[in-house]
Amino acid sequence: MELYQKTAAELSRLLQDKEITAVEVFNSFTERIDEVDPHLKVFITCTLDSALETAAAVDRRRMENEELHPLAGVPVAIKDNFCTEGIKTTCASKMLESYIPPYDAAVVEKLKRIGMPILGKTNMDEFAMGSSTENSAFFVTRNPWDLERVPGGSSGGSAAAVAAGMVPLALGSDTGGSIRQPAALCGITGLRPTYGRVSRYGLIAFASSLDQIGPLALNALDCSLLLEVIAGYDQRDSTSLPHEVPQYSAAAGRELEGVRIGLIEENISANFDPEIKFAVLKMAALLEENGARITEVSLPHTDYGLSAYYLIAPSEAASNLGRYDGVRYGYSADGDNIISLFSRTRGQGFGAEVKRRIMIGTYSLSAGYYDAYYLQAMKVRTLIRRDYEKAFQNFDILVGATTPTPAFKLGEKADDPLKMYLSDVCNITDALAGVPSLSIPAGLHSSGLPMGMQLTAAPLNEGLLFQAAAVLEKCSDSPPQQRTALNLTGRGEL
Amino acid sequence: MSDDFIREVEHVARLARLSLSSEEKELMADQLSAILETARKVREIDTVGIEPTAHVFSIPAFLREDVIYPSLPVEKVLQNAPKKMKSYFRVPSITVIEEE
Repeated sequence: MELYQKTAAELSRLLQDKEITAVEVFNSFTERIDEVDPHLKVFITCTLDSALETAAAVDRRRMENEELHPLAGVPVAIKDNFCTEGIKTTCASKMLESYIPPYDAAVVEKLKRIGMPILGKTNMDEFAMGSSTENSAFFVTRNPWDLERVPGGSSGGSAAAVAAGMVPLALGSDTGGSIRQPAALCGITGLRPTYGRVSRYGLIAFASSLDQIGPLALNALDCSLLLEVIAGYDQRDSTSLPHEVPQYSAAAGRELEGVRIGLIEENISANFDPEIKFAVLKMAALLEENGARITEVSLPHTDYGLSAYYLIAPSEAASNLGRYDGVRYGYSADGDNIISLFSRTRGQGFGAEVKRRIMIGTYSLSAGYYDAYYLQAMKVRTLIRRDYEKAFQNFDILVGATTPTPAFKLGEKADDPLKMYLSDVCNITDALAGVPSLSIPAGLHSSGLPMGMQLTAAPLNEGLLFQAAAVLEKCSDSPPQQRTALNLTGRGEL
Repeated sequence: MSDDFIREVEHVARLARLSLSSEEKELMADQLSAILETARKVREIDTVGIEPTAHVFSIPAFLREDVIYPSLPVEKVLQNAPKKMKSYFRVPSITVIEEE
């Protein structure tokens, strides 16, 4: 087995035992990137020189028997909406095509501090708005399982990178499903943590009451290891939570005896692909065999989630993206006066989906519509939150499908924004409620594409999600490597 | 698409400081009316007496210690500026304004 086919936990063990070096690990993954990135198009920017320096420094320190973090020397990729000092950070937008941040995001500082080599910045939907990574201003990323299909989005580059063995770990951001949906479509594990669990300092803002950073990896244990690194209070993000960061990785391995699991009726809906429904039910049965108690549960306001989300998120985006005015940084058009400078910069610098969201948001915040749209959506958000509060009085974990269908074809939904929005239908209410939510592989569809199951817990109960996921992984007959697209060859075949 | 809605699109685009081509306006009018049609579903629910949620956790704001931290140096702040002069961002006239 090649090093690039190993999980982060396996690499960490081998590195700590000095059986391999961080530079060897780096070489294995970069060769893999050379082989498959021309087909998948994952990276907007590769940062291999600095990553090699980091790996070499880790090896030197280990030789001197310095105490290192377990993930020191384990490579990682990050979505291109995390600010990186001195390295261009584009948000996959023409607006920020040549933007070089003067500082690092909080999560980037943490990765650097413990010596994780950052291999590059991954492709995404422009400003994280989209579900297929087709909204990137630069190029389309392909799904490693089928190059004619989307990897999902908006963290599609990060998901495809992990699924294809280009990195063992990646970071994404999730506003309404942008970690979980691509994780499901690429057959890997992805977590949206509790809102506020991870500092958003230096994450380029989309919708501030919803944005959250999370890990993507081959399995739950790897996700938990990366979450331990990035979680925690940060005084530079006033919404970050002060609660102590538990040792999440200890959760994998605990039994499920007595854990109460609710099967969300709305997330195994009759309109979903029947094979996905069947896969979720099968996995629920496995949880039951392992001691969990399963009952169906309804979250009655789920039906209104999509509508509320597509008013709240664009409203916050319209406000957040007001900063792109061609004055301080980013793209700047010529204008004879300040208004034409602003309008032309924004008209030329933003892509179609970003413009649509700014328009929806501006409309719903404008005089005469505010009460009927934005305010009403925020009230519906309260009802959705209460659905969860009520459900968590009787259940520890809620489960359902991550997506209604497996990965769709490139171009299939690109011209119909509403159809695209519907691909996040199972992910949105968790985001509105601020609760942690994990997507795990749920086997393969008859089309050969991966399917995903989503597990949701009460705020700050990420550990329970890892616990259940690890139990399911143990029941599965194939190691995580075989559930991913690590067999993709240089010719672009599985 | 009705001229009324095109005018509405133009009004909103002006509020958002977003210049749109005439094709973009047409397409936007079609797509926005479809999206807003779906979004209007939130109005089907009776929300009398329901408080809006702007932030998911009703936790008090955490105040950091009142300590002075260094800010970024001026040259770093200006490094991405499209137009600058000495230690300023440079912009066109803000007194002569003609709406596009």
